[in-house]
Amino acid sequence: MKNPLLRGKLPWVIAALIVLFLLPVFLDRFYVYLAAIILLTGLSATSLNFVLGYGGVFQFHHAVFYGIGAYGTALMIIKSNLSPWLGFIVGPVVAGILGFVIGVICIRLSKLYFGMLQISLGSLVWAIVYRWYSFTGGDDGIHGVPLPDIISSPNGAYYFTLIVTAVSMFILYRMIRSPFGSALQGIRDNPVRSEMIGVNVKLQQLLALTIAGFFGGVAGSLFVVVDNTVFPDMMFWTLSLELIIMCLLGGWFSFLGPMVGAGIIVLLRTYVSGLTVYWALILGIIMMLVIFFLPNGVLGYLDRFVKKKARS
Amino acid sequence: MLEVTSLQKSFDGFKAVNNASLSVKEGEVVAVIGPNGAGKTTLFNLITGVLKPDGGKVLFKGEDITGLPSYKVCRRGMSRSFQVVNVFPRLTVFENVQVSVLAKQKRTWNLFAPSAKLAVSETEKILENVGLADIKDATSAALSHGERKVLEIAIALGGSPEFLILDEPTAGMSPEETTRCIDLIKQLKEKLGITILFCEHDMEIVFSISDRIMVMVRGSTIIEGTCDDVRCCQEVQDAYLGGSDACLT
Repeated sequence: MKNPLLRGKLPWVIAALIVLFLLPVFLDRFYVYLAAIILLTGLSATSLNFVLGYGGVFQFHHAVFYGIGAYGTALMIIKSNLSPWLGFIVGPVVAGILGFVIGVICIRLSKLYFGMLQISLGSLVWAIVYRWYSFTGGDDGIHGVPLPDIISSPNGAYYFTLIVTAVSMFILYRMIRSPFGSALQGIRDNPVRSEMIGVNVKLQQLLALTIAGFFGGVAGSLFVVVDNTVFPDMMFWTLSLELIIMCLLGGWFSFLGPMVGAGIIVLLRTYVSGLTVYWALILGIIMMLVIFFLPNGVLGYLDRFVKKKARS
Repeated sequence: MLEVTSLQKSFDGFKAVNNASLSVKEGEVVAVIGPNGAGKTTLFNLITGVLKPDGGKVLFKGEDITGLPSYKVCRRGMSRSFQVVNVFPRLTVFENVQVSVLAKQKRTWNLFAPSAKLAVSETEKILENVGLADIKDATSAALSHGERKVLEIAIALGGSPEFLILDEPTAGMSPEETTRCIDLIKQLKEKLGITILFCEHDMEIVFSISDRIMVMVRGSTIIEGTCDDVRCCQEVQDAYLGGSDACLT
């Protein structure tokens, strides 16, 4: 897909990265924290969109992998005497394995049925984490996870988040543009035809689900760095719903759409919830307007706008 | 090359395909004809593994492929196009064919190489051959019906098949598009040596390009033979023309 928005994109990406790198110089602590949250939430939404927008798989409960990534990292740091850095590998790997396992069970179903089964299995994982006090801390979660010195300061945490997010986004982007990604988009558009050109549809989707789980887990472990805590709500199904809304809002057929959506939702949640406890009401209205007027999301709209300009 | 013996398939008790048999030799163009609802598409679905047969056998190049999933059937050298346009609507024309070539090259597990640089010359050659090279960057949802039907065939060619099944390749095409499509099918046979099995309602096309014809009525094969055999067969006339005495022309 030729994308005029992304044509000559490299200078823009570099400019954006420079701005993000300089952010802590201009902004005070709270905004740096907010930026880090947007980045990691955006990564989580992008990993969901890898299977949702590009793979056509209705992964309704993606927050489970985000939560498991966070718990995996936190528990590894707290319960073992090994290097804390290992936690940042274990969390995502466990999330990836869980993505594979849930995928194996759900993949025989398609579309909405996949989504329904996936919600139930995800909620099961949530219930286990919520109840298993001796291991996960139950509904209290885990607070004050000790981190390596270099990433324990607010700025250190921000830079770590920024670098890991940038690298992960780059890898996801490369995967979407690879033959694997081409086949995945083919499956999204037409599974029957994909099978008929020699693609093993289920296996292809299963690998995509594993990758999505892994990067969801990466986002979760970044949350541990930024917030020092983990709690069961991180994998409650309402958060999954928010992730899906981010994809739709930002544009689920554009690579950066979910990141934009994450920015919008996190900012709304932060500022509107200061004004009213019914911030979800505002979100609902915005969502309805988007569905009516920008069915391809914010970036999808801009993309079309740029294309139109380029043609005239 | 393809040997189908007494294939059966029923849906909720309705026998869509009931005792269909067919054989295609290498290099032949064979047509399947029959009234609407005779089970032609179901037969193709059974051969290509989209549906699993209830009974019967499909031999391809001497090997039993009965009930194999389609991706395995395809990897053995059989491609097909669909009657109802079945392309990848969000991909461009180029990407539609490219993904098929990539699948043929078994590259769909490659996670890191950029697709944009792979299989480009193969894809362009196919687009050149079928006459879609000028619109290769258009999104396939934006094409006309006739163009999409051609793209249909181009995707099937992406798998560089030895054996090609075309399900009503010219349905809904304008007369000029139909002429071009027939030329294309002839070319595939003569230049690329592809064996072709197709079904079609337009008798003119059927008689002009096929070596042999199989006639299907209510799920069963009633005759399989050369064009002349079929033209004057009484049962075919009963099924098709409501019992007129004239030969089909």
